[in-house]
Amino acid sequence: MNEYITLDVLRYNPEENSKQNYQSYEVPFRKDWVILDALNYIKDELDGTLSFRWSCRMGVCGSCGMMVNGEPVLTCAEFLNTFHPGPIRIEPLVNFPVVRDLVIEMSDFMEKLERVQPWIIRKDEDTPKGEYLQTPSQLMDYKNYSMCINCMLCYSACPVYGLEPRFLGPAAIAIGQRYNLDNRDEGEKQRNKVLSEEEGIWQCTLVGECSAVCPKDVDPAAAIQSLKVSSTVDFFKSFIMPWQNR
Amino acid sequence: MSRHSEPFWWALFSSGGTLAALFLPVLIFLIGIAIPLGWIESPGYEKLSVLIHNLPIRIFIFLLISLSLFHWAHRFRFTLYDGLQLKHLQTLIAVLCYGGAITGTLIAGYIILMISST
Amino acid sequence: MMPENHNYSKYHPKWHRTPIPIFWWLHKWVYIKFISRELTSIAIAFFAIVLLFQVRALIEGPQAYSDLTETLNTPVSVILHSIALIMVLYHSLTWFSLAPKALVVKLGKWRIPDRVIIGLNLFAWILISFLIGWLTVTL
Repeated sequence: MNEYITLDVLRYNPEENSKQNYQSYEVPFRKDWVILDALNYIKDELDGTLSFRWSCRMGVCGSCGMMVNGEPVLTCAEFLNTFHPGPIRIEPLVNFPVVRDLVIEMSDFMEKLERVQPWIIRKDEDTPKGEYLQTPSQLMDYKNYSMCINCMLCYSACPVYGLEPRFLGPAAIAIGQRYNLDNRDEGEKQRNKVLSEEEGIWQCTLVGECSAVCPKDVDPAAAIQSLKVSSTVDFFKSFIMPWQNR
Repeated sequence: MSRHSEPFWWALFSSGGTLAALFLPVLIFLIGIAIPLGWIESPGYEKLSVLIHNLPIRIFIFLLISLSLFHWAHRFRFTLYDGLQLKHLQTLIAVLCYGGAITGTLIAGYIILMISST
Repeated sequence: MMPENHNYSKYHPKWHRTPIPIFWWLHKWVYIKFISRELTSIAIAFFAIVLLFQVRALIEGPQAYSDLTETLNTPVSVILHSIALIMVLYHSLTWFSLAPKALVVKLGKWRIPDRVIIGLNLFAWILISFLIGWLTVTL
């Protein structure tokens, strides 16, 4: 029962070639293997030059995102059996510059993440007198947005991010909203200055693919839409009640 | 924060979209299909004329037409940006789309609210 | 000469950037559905203009109204309106299914579940359609 399955991997070596090209590998077909197992088999046994990111193998670190047959997935979560008999097409995450083979450059996201100020902002800087209290119900308000593992699948799924590189993107906005909805945070106003810029939430046309591909059910599309509503309310308020702008 | 008007157009887009979603399907069916094909009898000119001279109905129809046009303007603008990658023409597209909706609104306003015949 | 709103990301000669084709939305079924949904706005604009002509005809007089009725009775008009109806129906269904994403309604601690919001929207839609239809038939 020595069955094999073919992986067609889109490789890129800038030292040798300015273009990407596919390379095929025959990998043992094991029912309990995921794509990441197959990639590690390639690296260990077939071709040590193949470069890719991975870490936890269990869907919590967000390192192993790649395009599998055109869909952005975590390769540690996709079984070879799903794609039997193959061949399986493996490519680096789209909408990002490719550094080498399956490794992409995500410093654009890191810069955008920092811009939304993803931390608890308090108005007074004094040491807090005791703990900040939060009921389970208040936790549920933002819990799903806190589950983001920065895997970037949503950025690959979002056509707007591919077309408009200045777009903040689903994950950054969802993480920003996570802090807006946290009852311990008092920084919604300054955070929304970044979120409601023209290249913030307003580029989003609700394709909805971000939420569809998210492996942690963060639902960034919902974060963006509810921010559109609250930003619009703030916008009209600033005209009707301008004195509220401190 | 750079001051921009996106929330304003989005508000028009979403209210137009909601009104259109609720009211247009049945109106299209009646006016464009059922009555021309004789499935349903038209109320006739007399009764419809009385209806249209009713001020609340006029205001509602005006809002329905105007907000539907703004819904189209906002959505079509982004469809051209993303679908045909025409973002480099963004000023021209914005002027044509919102300008079209504003023109339609002004015409509708003139016809519906200003003209009062016998 | 690049327009000033063109965006350059950090320059790195060895990174590979794949350009996005113009018809990217034809490559995946999900994207085709998305663009179809966006194009329904054309049907909405189309019928808004038809409504405008209707009102104008009603205000101008019985002659103008019967002229318009003749135009609406042609096969071309019925076909156009049938296409428009399909597009607007697609708009309505997708619009209501996305409503819960924008509106988070809470009664105290309890958040109204998505399907209830969708259900309420659909109910309002059916009610309004039925009322208008019934009014037309009984008037």
